[in-house]
Amino acid sequence: MIASSAPPRRPSIWAIGGRLSRLQYWSFAALGLALPLLLWTLLSSSGWVDPVFLPGPLQVLQRLGHWALEEDLLGDTWISVWRVFGGFILSAVIALPLGLLIGAFRPIEALLEPLTDFIRYMPAVAFIPLVMLWLGINESAKIAIIWIGTFFQMVLMVAENVRLVPLAQVEAAQTMGATRGEIVKLVLLQSAKPAILDTLRITMGWAWTYLVVAELVAANSGLGYAILKAQRYLKTDTIFAGIVLIGLIGLLMDQAFRWLHRRAFPYLHARG
Amino acid sequence: MSTLVQPKVRIRALGKVFEHSTAPHPALDGIDLDIADGEFVTLVGASGCGKSTLLRILAGLEHHSSGELLCDGHPVRGPGADRAMVFQHYSLYPWLSVIDNIKFSRRLKANRGELTSADVEAASGRADALLSLIGLEKFARAWPRQLSGGMQQRVAIARALMGRPAVLLMDEPFGALDAQSREVMHDLILHIHRVERTTIVFVTHDVEEAIYLGQRVVVMQPRPGRIQQIVPVPLPAQRHQDMKHTPEFRALKAEILARIKASAGMETDADLLERLNAVQATA
Repeated sequence: MIASSAPPRRPSIWAIGGRLSRLQYWSFAALGLALPLLLWTLLSSSGWVDPVFLPGPLQVLQRLGHWALEEDLLGDTWISVWRVFGGFILSAVIALPLGLLIGAFRPIEALLEPLTDFIRYMPAVAFIPLVMLWLGINESAKIAIIWIGTFFQMVLMVAENVRLVPLAQVEAAQTMGATRGEIVKLVLLQSAKPAILDTLRITMGWAWTYLVVAELVAANSGLGYAILKAQRYLKTDTIFAGIVLIGLIGLLMDQAFRWLHRRAFPYLHARG
Repeated sequence: MSTLVQPKVRIRALGKVFEHSTAPHPALDGIDLDIADGEFVTLVGASGCGKSTLLRILAGLEHHSSGELLCDGHPVRGPGADRAMVFQHYSLYPWLSVIDNIKFSRRLKANRGELTSADVEAASGRADALLSLIGLEKFARAWPRQLSGGMQQRVAIARALMGRPAVLLMDEPFGALDAQSREVMHDLILHIHRVERTTIVFVTHDVEEAIYLGQRVVVMQPRPGRIQQIVPVPLPAQRHQDMKHTPEFRALKAEILARIKASAGMETDADLLERLNAVQATA
């Protein structure tokens, strides 16, 4: 057999920018999830670590079951989801038009962007005393904390999404007689939409990370509150259960956003 | 009647100064040019000669600093549907199908309530006609990203023609295409020019392209951008690829290239060539 007749070898999966089949991808993904779980199981069952500090996966699972059956897991989850969505949607409703305007018009950019940049570096946690003074300790205070944590980042990211619209798309519309309003509505917004949805997906993640902070404010329910309460009584299994649950909900949200992206923007996912 | 002699585009003593933060930079100076109705004019020159700036001023995307610019007798004050432009790339709307990209200018009017149902029907007919003119009937429902670069530029041309602009402005529209696609595009745009009788102003840095397409070639020179010479192309109106190999064509190309090189003063490039020759001589 001559060498040249040998079938070409598939490029290695370790090549830079190399490709994985679907099966290979999910195998690696499963490994990435299973390995830490295995390590956790081994470490907690080895007896090296006090179970008070590191409960095993089984113990956390039991705790979750108990939380679901004997206590109000569903209620805690529901109120937390409500708070996160409240803060997130309130952010989005203001940040989307504002970001669009900042990205489209230089004077508005100059007016608002430095200010936003300034505020976004302020720690959301530090606003808790102020928020309690201004809004009290009810639900609006918790939503406000999540809003403070997400809004300023979201505005800047949406503005950047709009700025990245290719100039040729805008100028083509101008030479077809489009007015300023038409360009904003029919070109900038349409062109930036997929990137804006990605911005929402990413900021949704941040909204969840502010949940525990928000539930520092005189809460008596919610996943973040459960974690904080468990700290007081050294119930590490509850802390673990809460963290894992928030992670799972976040993963679910992320996948939902990705699904929406594929559904809403078929032109990006179509094959040539 | 004066309309018989009125040029489509009239440019007089036009100048452009870019107000940079450091120092004002003169980009164009003393441009005089008349473009007749239905004429195909190409602008060619070394980089920095202001040919694209001149085209963008015609489009209204840049403002001139001095002089006069009239289109159909009206001063140009900003971009408008009478001066559609085809860009080098990235100007199609990826979220719209090919046919909806072509109909974009009609959609603007429809949104303003300026269209009757008869207009809409006529527009559909026009869009279909343009689609077959560019030979993409089968791709009406395709997304732009599913098309090759050459096909995308064909869609961009059809979209620009949709509103029957007085002048079609083209800014190096085939600069990013491979040689074979460019030849196809050359014959396509000449065909479109014959069929649509549109006035076309075409910017390129490719001298061969400028001669093959243009009825007149406007040769520009840099620092500041000026018109060096306006060369009428002595080729028959009906162009053919074989013409590129005739002695007259090659002579004209050599002449224009020499003029561009002389005016551009590319000292560094000349230096490099000299050094490369020296190295080869010693080797």
